[in-house]
Amino acid sequence: MSTETATPQEKKAEPLFSKKNIKTIKDPLDDNNPITVQVLGICSALAVTVQVKPAMIMSLGVVFVMAFANLITSLIRKSIPNRVRIIVQLIIIATLVTVVDQFLKAFMFDVSKELSVFVGLIITNCIVMGRLEAFALAQKPWPSLLDGIGNAAGYGLILVVVAVFREFFGSGSLFGIQLVPQWAYDMGYENNGLMVLPPAALFVIGVYIWVQRSRNPKLNNVS
Amino acid sequence: MQHLISILIKAIFVENVIFAFFLGMCSFLAVSKKINTAFGLGLAVIFVMVLTTPLNYLIMNYMLKEGALSFIHPSLASVDLTFLSFILFISVIAGAVQLVEMIIEKSLPALYGALGIFLPLITVNCSILGTSLFMQEREYNMAETTVFSLGSGIGFFLAIVLLASIRERLRYSNIPAPLQGLGIAMIITGLMALAFLSFSGIQL
Repeated sequence: MSTETATPQEKKAEPLFSKKNIKTIKDPLDDNNPITVQVLGICSALAVTVQVKPAMIMSLGVVFVMAFANLITSLIRKSIPNRVRIIVQLIIIATLVTVVDQFLKAFMFDVSKELSVFVGLIITNCIVMGRLEAFALAQKPWPSLLDGIGNAAGYGLILVVVAVFREFFGSGSLFGIQLVPQWAYDMGYENNGLMVLPPAALFVIGVYIWVQRSRNPKLNNVS
Repeated sequence: MQHLISILIKAIFVENVIFAFFLGMCSFLAVSKKINTAFGLGLAVIFVMVLTTPLNYLIMNYMLKEGALSFIHPSLASVDLTFLSFILFISVIAGAVQLVEMIIEKSLPALYGALGIFLPLITVNCSILGTSLFMQEREYNMAETTVFSLGSGIGFFLAIVLLASIRERLRYSNIPAPLQGLGIAMIITGLMALAFLSFSGIQL
C-alpha cells in the first residue's frame, strides 16, 4: 500500500518542517497520490465531481477528517489494543464525519443536499482507514497530522482536476460561472453531454493516470 | 409486489451501486484480477448487505428517529438522535462482519478459506454503508429495504464478476505500459458504466 510504513525510529529534536516532514506532505500530491498510485478512496469521490464547488467542499471535509483522525489515532496509538483497532478507528472517523455533516447541514444546506450520502461515505473512504493503518498507528502525532493533510490534499487535487474538466466541458462553466460565451453556442458549439454522466469521471481519471505514468515511468506496474 | 420487483430491477441494473454511484470501487478494482476471488467477494457482499441494511433500518426507525424512543417513556418522544446514525450504522456493519466471519469460520471452513481476507475488508466497502444511507435518505419501509439491499448486493456481484472476466482476457492484449493495470481498469469500468446507462431508459 505504501512505502513509508517501515521508516526507522526518528531522532529527537527534529525541526517542525524538516526535509522528511516536507516530503511526508508533498509525496501524496504526485508520486504517492492516494487515488492514482495507492488506489485508495476512489469510492465516494467520483460522484461528486460533476461541478467544482461540491468537489472542493468534499475535499475540505476530507482534509478535516483525515488530519484529525490521523492526529487522534497517533496520540492514542499506544493504548489501542491491536485486536479492536478497526472498531476504534471507525468510531474516531465516524465522530469526525458526523461533525462535518452537521456543520454542512447547519451552514451550507444546499451543498449538503447535493452531496447527499457521500458525506457519510467519507467514513468508509479507504484513504482514511488506509493511512491510519499504514502511517498513524506507527508514527508520532506531528508527522501523522502532516501525512493526513498531504494525502487528503492529494485526493482533493484529483477531485478538483476531474471536476474542472467535467464542469467546463459538460456545462461550459466553472464554479457555476458561465465561461463559454453565448456567441459560441450561436455558432454551433455544444456542451459535451457525456461529461455530466458518471462514466466521464472514470475516463478522466483513467487518462490522468495514463499521463502521470508516462511522465513518471517508475510508477508503471504499481497495481 | 410489482413495486418491490421494480425496486429490485432498479437497484441491480438502472442504479447499479458501482456504475451509477461508484460505491465500493476500492475493492471492485483491487479484487477483480481473478474470477474466483471476485465471485467469492461478490457473494460475501450480498450476504452482508442483506444482513446489515434491514438491521440498520430497525435501528433507524426504533431507536434514532424523532419519537422512536417514546415506548420507553412518553417524555422521550421529542428526542431526535438521527445525528448518531453514522456511528451506529458503521458499528452495526463492523459487528455484523465480525459475526459473519466467526460463524463461517466455525461452520463452513471451506468457504472461509475461499473468502479469506475479503471478509473483514467488507467493513470498509462503501457500498454497504452507502446502501444503508440510501435506505435512510429514500425512506423505504421494511420490505422495500430488504429488496433494495438484495438488489444492491446482486448489482455489486454482477459488476465485479463482469470486470474480473474482462480483465482475465486483457492479459493477452497489448496495452501501452503506462496504461496497464489501474488505468485501463478505470477506462473499462467507464465503458461498462456507459453500457449500463442504456438501462436508464427502462420505465419502472
